[in-house]
Amino acid sequence: MNARFVRLAEQGRPIVKLTVDGVPIEALQGDTLMVALLTHGPALRQSEFDPGSRAGFCLMGACQDCWVWTRSGERLRACSNEVREGLDIITQQPEAIWPLRG
Amino acid sequence: MTLNKADVVIVGGGLMGSAAAFFLRQRGQSVILLERDQIGQYASGVNFGNVRRQGRFLGQLELANRSWALWKRLPELIDDDLEFIASGHMRVCYREDEIPELEAYAAAPEAAQLDLQIYRGSELHARFPFLGKDVKGGSYAPHDGHANPRLAAPAFARAARRLGARIEERTEVAQVQKVGDGFSISTTDGRQFSAGQLLITAGAWGQKLSAQFGEPVPLETNGPQMAVTEPVPYALPTVIGVYTKIPEEVIYFRQIPRGNIVIGGGYRSKPDMLNRRAYVEPRSILNQLDQMRRLLPGVGNLNIIRVWSGIEGYLPDSLPVMGPSGNVDGLYYAFGFCGHGFQLGPGVGDVMAELISTGSTRTSIEPFSIRRFALSAEQRSKAS
Amino acid sequence: MATARLNTHRVVIVGAGPAGVRCAQTLVAAGFKPILIDENRRDGGQIYRRQPEGFTRSYTTLYGTEADKARDLHESFDRLRPQIDYRPDTLAWNLTPGQLCCVSQGLHTTVDYDALILCTGATDRLMPIEGWQLGGTYSLGGAQIALKAQAVSIGHRVVFMGSGPLLYLVASQYVKAGATVAAVLDTSPLGLRIKALPKLMARPGLLFTGMKLLAQLYRAKIPVHLGISPLQVLGEAVTGVSGVRVRTANGETLTVACDAVALGYHLRPETQLADLAGCRMRFDEASGQWWLEVDEEGRTSVSGVYAAGDGSKIRGADAAEHAGRLVALALLRDLQLPVDAAQVAEQRQALKVMDDFRLGLAQAFPWPAAQAKALPDEAIVCRCEMISAGELRRTVSEKGACEVNRAKAFSRVGMGRCQGRYCSQAGAEVIAAAAGVPVQEVGRQRGQAPVKPLSMLTREVAP
Repeated sequence: MNARFVRLAEQGRPIVKLTVDGVPIEALQGDTLMVALLTHGPALRQSEFDPGSRAGFCLMGACQDCWVWTRSGERLRACSNEVREGLDIITQQPEAIWPLRG
Repeated sequence: MTLNKADVVIVGGGLMGSAAAFFLRQRGQSVILLERDQIGQYASGVNFGNVRRQGRFLGQLELANRSWALWKRLPELIDDDLEFIASGHMRVCYREDEIPELEAYAAAPEAAQLDLQIYRGSELHARFPFLGKDVKGGSYAPHDGHANPRLAAPAFARAARRLGARIEERTEVAQVQKVGDGFSISTTDGRQFSAGQLLITAGAWGQKLSAQFGEPVPLETNGPQMAVTEPVPYALPTVIGVYTKIPEEVIYFRQIPRGNIVIGGGYRSKPDMLNRRAYVEPRSILNQLDQMRRLLPGVGNLNIIRVWSGIEGYLPDSLPVMGPSGNVDGLYYAFGFCGHGFQLGPGVGDVMAELISTGSTRTSIEPFSIRRFALSAEQRSKAS
Repeated sequence: MATARLNTHRVVIVGAGPAGVRCAQTLVAAGFKPILIDENRRDGGQIYRRQPEGFTRSYTTLYGTEADKARDLHESFDRLRPQIDYRPDTLAWNLTPGQLCCVSQGLHTTVDYDALILCTGATDRLMPIEGWQLGGTYSLGGAQIALKAQAVSIGHRVVFMGSGPLLYLVASQYVKAGATVAAVLDTSPLGLRIKALPKLMARPGLLFTGMKLLAQLYRAKIPVHLGISPLQVLGEAVTGVSGVRVRTANGETLTVACDAVALGYHLRPETQLADLAGCRMRFDEASGQWWLEVDEEGRTSVSGVYAAGDGSKIRGADAAEHAGRLVALALLRDLQLPVDAAQVAEQRQALKVMDDFRLGLAQAFPWPAAQAKALPDEAIVCRCEMISAGELRRTVSEKGACEVNRAKAFSRVGMGRCQGRYCSQAGAEVIAAAAGVPVQEVGRQRGQAPVKPLSMLTREVAP
C-alpha cells in the first residue's frame, strides 16, 4: 500500500467511502481529498513532464500541484476539497475527451 | 568612438525589423537596428502565433505565400524552428449561409496555392470530432500552422547579429530626418546615427515616425486578448478559428505539443500607451470561456492559468503600411499589421530587403502603400 | 454627512486571516459593514487555520504558545460574522479599477468597491534543491497545515530543512504530535543568530519561545544541524523521496534517510491582486525580495487600494493584526471620519517593534541567495514545467535574457500552474548570478490574471 501520510490523531470521525483508481477506500469526514488519497497510497497524479508522480506541495491552494480528476473528467484541487461520499477519483489524466457529445 | 553609420538603419525591433535586418545582411547591406525596449517585446511577442494564410485579403496572399516558403526553411535560415508546426488551419462557421463565403474564398485564383478544402455537416464532424455541434462548415488549409511568437523576433535578431548586423536594444529614437542623400537619426541617450536608407518597422509607434516625414496615418492601437490553459494530453493538431461577422464569436485556439491550449480573440482592449502596457479585460476572458465551451465542448474541464495582452497597431482598412515612402527617397515602411502580421514576418523582411537593396520587389505590395492615406487626405481636403 | 458616507462607501477586504479580521473588526466598530472575501472555506488564514468541524483537538494542542491569540482571533471573527458581508469559498481572480472579479462555485460575480483592502497573506518562500520535484517534498507551511488542519504527518520519517523560525516550530509540533522527525537541517549558521541577537531582543518573548523550541528538539534527541548546505533530495521518480543529502558546517557530507522533506525559507507575499491593481512594488534589501510598496499605515501607490499583513510586508501574524487595525484607521482618516489618535499611535508603535524584530529574523535566518548560483545545471528550478537551472542559465548566456519576464518567455520558468509562486524568486537569483548583476536588477515576474487557475466552466449567471 505504501501510504505517504500518517494519521496522528482525530481518528474517531465518521467514515466516508470513495473510489480511487477503481479501488474503494475509506476516508474520514473532514479529510481533504489529498489526505484521503495519501493515507492509502503514495501519490495523487502523474507528472506531465517527468516520469514521476506528484503528491502535492503547499497544502494551501497555492502551488496547484495536487489537482486530481473524477472519472467524469471534473478537475478537483485535492488540498482544498473535502471528501464526499461516492467520489470516483482517478490519478491518471483521462484520455482527452474530445469526441463530440450530445 | 563607434561609427554609427550604416547602409540601412532600421527603427523598431519587432519581427518585421529583425527579419529585415537578417535579409538585408544576407544581401550584403550593413545594418543597424534600433529598438527602444527589447526585441520582439510588443505585437511580435504577444500575438496568437498563427502561421496562417487562409482568410487574408486576397491581395496579400502573394506576400503570404512568399513568407510561407521561408517558414519551411527556418532551421537552415536562422538555426531555429520557432516551434513551427504545419498543423493545418480550419476556419469554421456557425451558419449554413456562411459556407458559400468560405467556398468563394477557396475558389479565388489567389488562393490556389493554399489547397483549401471545404467541409460541412457530418463529414466535418467525422474529420474534426472535437468541434461543437453548432459548427456547420469549415475551410481547411492543410499547409498552414502555428509557431511560438515569443521566440521569433529574438531568433531573427540573433541570426542577423551572427551575420554582422548591429542590434541596439534599449535605444529610443528621438528624431529622424532626411539630411542630404541620407538620414540622420538621433536617440534619447544623445547618440547620432546616419544611414543611406531608413526602414521604419516601429509597429504601433510607426505613425509617430511617418508623421515626422509628413506622412501621418490613422493608426489605432489595440491589445489582443490571449489566454492559455494548463497542459493536457496533445490531441488537437489543427489550429481552429471562427469565421463570423459577430465580433465576440471571433475566437481561435491552438494546442502546443506540451499540451497547453492557447486561446485568443473575441474582444480587444485599449492599451495604456503611456506605460506601454496592455491588459486583458475580465469580460474578454469570460467571453472566451463561453465561446470555447461552444466551439470545443470537451474543454470544459480545463483551467485557464494565465492571460496576457500587448500592443498592436491597426489601420482602418485592416491592411498594413508597407513599401516606399510617398515623399522621401530612401525611406521605407513596414508597420501596422493589424494583428495578422506574424505569418507575414519572414516574407516582409525578405521583401523589404529586396526592395531596399534593388529598388523594387517581385512581390505585389502596392495595396499596402502609405500613399493611400495621403490620397484620401487629399480627397477629403478637396471635398471641403 | 458622515453617516451618508458610512452607508455608501463600499469597502471590500480580501483575506480573512489576522489582518483582514482585525481590519473588519475595526471598521465595524466605526459603523461600516465591509465585504470580507476569502478563498478558504473557513476564516483564520494560514497560521491560525481552523481545523474542520468535527475535529476535537484543543487550542493548546493546535497552536501551542499562540493558543490564546488563535482563540481570540477566531472568537472575534465568530462575533463579527453577522455584522459583515462574509463571502468564503470565493476567489478574487482579477480586478479593474473599482471592481473586483470573484468566482465562487463556478459562478463569476463582480464586487464594486470604493476602498479595497488587500490582506492576502503569504506563502512559503522556496529555494530549489536538486530532486525537490520528487513526491514527498513539501513546503514547511504545507507540513504544518497537514498537522494542524488534518492531524496527519507528511511522512513516516520527516526531515525539516531550510531556515527561519517556522523550521523549528513545525519540527517541534511534529515531535509533540508523535510524528517521527529524522533531522532538522538549518542553512543558517549559529554565528548569524548571535549577530542578530540585539534586533531579536526587540521581542524577547518570541526569542525565548524560539530557544524553547530548540531545547525541545534537543531533549527529544532530534539531530539538529546548523549552517548546512542542501545538496540533494534523494529518491526515485515513481516512489518519491528516500532521503536528503547535505554538506554540514564542517564540510562533511551527511545523508539522512526519510520519506518526506519539509522545505522552506520563511515567507513571500501574495501580491497578484496588488499587481493587477497597478500598485508599485519595492525591493526590500533585508529579505532580498519585492514587497508591495505601502506607507506606514497601509496605503499603496493607488488611491483607494490599501494593504495589511504579510501580503504586503512579511512581519508575521502579530504584526498582521496590528496592521489590520491600523489600515482600517487609515481608511477612516482618509474619509475624514473621526479616529482615535491614541489607538493609531499604539498600533504604529507595536509595528515599529515588529519591524525591528523582523530585521533581526532576516539577519539570523537569511534567504540563501547563494544556493541559486550553486545549483547544479540538472537541478529543477520550475517544478510545474520541469525546467532546469541549466536551461534557465542558457537563456541568459545564449539569448541574452537578463530580465525575469524575458527569461520566462524563453525558458518557460514561471509559466506553469503555480504562476511563479515557487520558482520565480529563485529563478531571479539564477538569472542574476548568470548575468553577474544584483538580483533586484533582473526585476520580478509580472502578475497576470487569473490570480489562481480559473475553470473553463466558469459562468456569469447560473446555468
